[in-house]
Amino acid sequence: MEYEVNIGIEIHAELLTKSKVFCSCPVQFGAPPNTLTCPVCLGLPGALPVLNKKAVEYAILTALALNCKINRNAIFHRKNYFYPDLPKNYQISQYDTPIGIQGYLEIETSSGRKRIRIRRVHLEEDTGKLIHSGGRITGSDMSFVDFNRSGVPLLEIVSEPDISSPEEAKEYLTNIRDILVFLGVCDGKMEEGSMRCEANVSIRPKGSERLGTKTELKNINSFRAVERALQYEIERQIDIVSKGREIIQETRHWDEKNEKTISMRSKEEAHDYRYFPEPDLVPLEIDDGWIEKIRAQIPELPEEKYERYKKLGLTPYEAKLLAHDLEMSTFFDETIKLYNNPKNIANWLLVDVTKELKDRNKAINQTLLTPRMLVELLTLIDEEKISGRIAKDILPELIDKGISPRKVIEERNLLQITDTSELSSVIEQVLKENANVVEEYKKGKEKSFMFLVGQVMRLTKGKANPKLVNELLRKALG
Amino acid sequence: MELADLTAHELLELISKREIAPKDIVKSCIERIEKYEPLIKAYLNIRDPEEVINSIREGASYSALPIAIKDNILVKGLPNTCASKILSNFIAPYDATVIEKLKERSFNIIGKTNLDEFAMGSSTENSAFGPTKNPWDLERVPGGSSGGSAASVAIGFSIWALGSDTGGSIRQPASFCGVVGLKPTYGTVSRYGLVAFASSLDQIGPITKDVTDCALLYSFINGHDPNDSTSLNVEPYRYSPLTGDIKGMKIGIIKELLAEGVDPLVERCIREAIETFQDLGAIVEEVSLPHISYSVPTYYILAPAEASSNLARFDGVRYGFRANGKTAEEMMSNTRGEGFGPEVKRRIMLGTYVLSAGYYEAFYLKALKFRNLIASDFKKAFESFDVLISPTSPILPFKLGEKVENPLEMYLADICTIPINLAGLPAISIPCGFVNNLPVGLQIIGPVFSEAKLFEVAYAFEQATPFHKRRPQLGGNTYGV
Repeated sequence: MEYEVNIGIEIHAELLTKSKVFCSCPVQFGAPPNTLTCPVCLGLPGALPVLNKKAVEYAILTALALNCKINRNAIFHRKNYFYPDLPKNYQISQYDTPIGIQGYLEIETSSGRKRIRIRRVHLEEDTGKLIHSGGRITGSDMSFVDFNRSGVPLLEIVSEPDISSPEEAKEYLTNIRDILVFLGVCDGKMEEGSMRCEANVSIRPKGSERLGTKTELKNINSFRAVERALQYEIERQIDIVSKGREIIQETRHWDEKNEKTISMRSKEEAHDYRYFPEPDLVPLEIDDGWIEKIRAQIPELPEEKYERYKKLGLTPYEAKLLAHDLEMSTFFDETIKLYNNPKNIANWLLVDVTKELKDRNKAINQTLLTPRMLVELLTLIDEEKISGRIAKDILPELIDKGISPRKVIEERNLLQITDTSELSSVIEQVLKENANVVEEYKKGKEKSFMFLVGQVMRLTKGKANPKLVNELLRKALG
Repeated sequence: MELADLTAHELLELISKREIAPKDIVKSCIERIEKYEPLIKAYLNIRDPEEVINSIREGASYSALPIAIKDNILVKGLPNTCASKILSNFIAPYDATVIEKLKERSFNIIGKTNLDEFAMGSSTENSAFGPTKNPWDLERVPGGSSGGSAASVAIGFSIWALGSDTGGSIRQPASFCGVVGLKPTYGTVSRYGLVAFASSLDQIGPITKDVTDCALLYSFINGHDPNDSTSLNVEPYRYSPLTGDIKGMKIGIIKELLAEGVDPLVERCIREAIETFQDLGAIVEEVSLPHISYSVPTYYILAPAEASSNLARFDGVRYGFRANGKTAEEMMSNTRGEGFGPEVKRRIMLGTYVLSAGYYEAFYLKALKFRNLIASDFKKAFESFDVLISPTSPILPFKLGEKVENPLEMYLADICTIPINLAGLPAISIPCGFVNNLPVGLQIIGPVFSEAKLFEVAYAFEQATPFHKRRPQLGGNTYGV
């Protein structure tokens, strides 16, 4: 039997606000344990939450970017459950009136564009972090709690089960990540836990109306793990169903090391969270004026950039690479304002600059290279003052030292040789020294010509104008 | 009369006239504590007398008028037990907003008073550290849950006190101890630093010897607090001398609260109070609030629901009492099992039940609807009346142990005070008579933010009656007139 897959994804994104969502403790990573705490985020008796307006704005901004409707009267609820990393033993979250509802996101799939519906976008507080002695919870005889993360604003983004494959899931997830990063609300680092993901998976016979029994996958800590965990789980479910057995509704844990999912708890053991309206907070009233003010702050998102870049003459591949990289596309957009050859800029950025960045493991905005410097470099090539070869050679100096290209070529005497008589004498020498190659060329071996060009470039230390060399060499060879 | 028996405003006047030394007031209170606290047990923690005396500041009169604080309001550096084993070793690491406000005026805290565990109760018998006795009759309860604060003021251990009121916990003990207690409009006094029982109902308020003191103390603690999101950003109440002019004022007597179940002796005092108001030129008429009889069941769904969540944080993980356990879950479970008393457990279970899947709509949501109906009953009544009156408690102070076995009977006795919290209204309880030397309290209820009016009505009554001047007699000594 053929099966179709239904995947719904729940994303938790830590918001990059300066302070926590219900107190004024700073949001900061890597601080010594329990140094970023106060009575509120420690859940001390008598402490009360005060909502961080910026966190709400980030939530509205994201909800709008994901085409959601905004609830004008959003209420916070308490989600009650006991766990040592949850200081109040309830989490302030949202229940039936989240900030954003009924949105969508379009993704590229192998069979064209597809709309994934987004059920809700809501704001809640993060928990503390448990650190088990020995590093693992099983067999550990002691645990420590770090409450620095307690109260960090979390955005929960829940999709409908519209995703049909692990590839689509990864595409959806990276698109959401890119949007969050472009909005500046989250740094989107799954490996560091600032963006987390859970997935509901079910299968059903192709054409069936009813959704199959779902399992919930947790502990998916990377984009790679999303694909692999889902692939495993789909195969597991198909295996069970094709053997005539039934899927159990349960929560399963992705075991990265052994590459499989493990049962954590079944539906019968599921929590009853006893949601009720948080009496310590007043309803959040969001008026049209506020929404429009926030809507005006939505920057150009990857999807729009992609379309614009294609119109600038970039290939879909180039456009996509650039459009989904915040730092690179920002650099690109700055550069095209100064230099009217987008294709050329894209080429340089995506090939040569990218290679240098990879070597350094840096983003472009973490280097000293500026759009103005890149434009100067490209102009020098256009004016035939230097060759592309020289330009590539000096690129590291621009990136690491921030020296202007003009200065580098002056100091290092790299200005291109365009003097015909000077080049002619070099060519003469090359032909004399490589008589056998000349012979081969004359017999029709075109490759030999490139070798001779190379020799001219070598003797001129790459400074010879390649076009001129070509011309003069052809002439000399008759 | 000793200094400990005088009101704050009387003492302030004596200080300003330099007729007494500030130190003598504190000494008088300390002497009273040394003599009678072993009998009354109003306190869970009394500060070192020397420290209290040394806290008196030249030119800061309030530092000479010791104040008692209910032991569920955090005072930095002092234990805060909520009369529970689970917080028996907890020292408050910060000041509640009301305490900050009092400290700005150099207030001198003499100690933390006894209460029903986590403010759950009407007799102060639910304290893990033993009950407080009523200064008017040591065999009787002082009311609750702010029984320690009310007893402290009545007997003169402190000049005034703060309590908290979720369903009558200031007014009912004030009534039982023959003192004045105000439950302010919800949102006018910050709850920051008050250990939450039921967040949507809790309010801190003053317990004093007379109405003037009550108005004064309320003026010090009310006002917007950015640390409490439910604190209202309105013009705060500022004290100005009371006139007591209530001529032509319309007073409604709530029919349903003077019906069956009210002790006839209590009812007689209320009837006499009505006559007093009429003599003062007010118009008193009966008014019906049809949904008020649903108050107790409504309250006993909503308050435990919130409490079950509010008290979840006491788990032994970060602070307070911790029991042993092989796993984290077992430790938390044992901590709560051993740390909470029976009444607190009863309410946590009630609250957990009404919020559970499948019961939420039937109980919690329905109770919310009734809460709105009760509030609109009051709103309607205030279209025709300036204030409403009722007994504060339908019964006289009862004997210790008398109602412990029957919680429902104890719950029902809060019928007069509970609806006020459900509607978020202000209400004051003032002494309006004595039956067999036991005080009876009159409750005056106003619309939101009508504290100034409540003080005027209460002051008018006080000026026309002698009850606020009576002091309890203990150990053969006679205090008062």
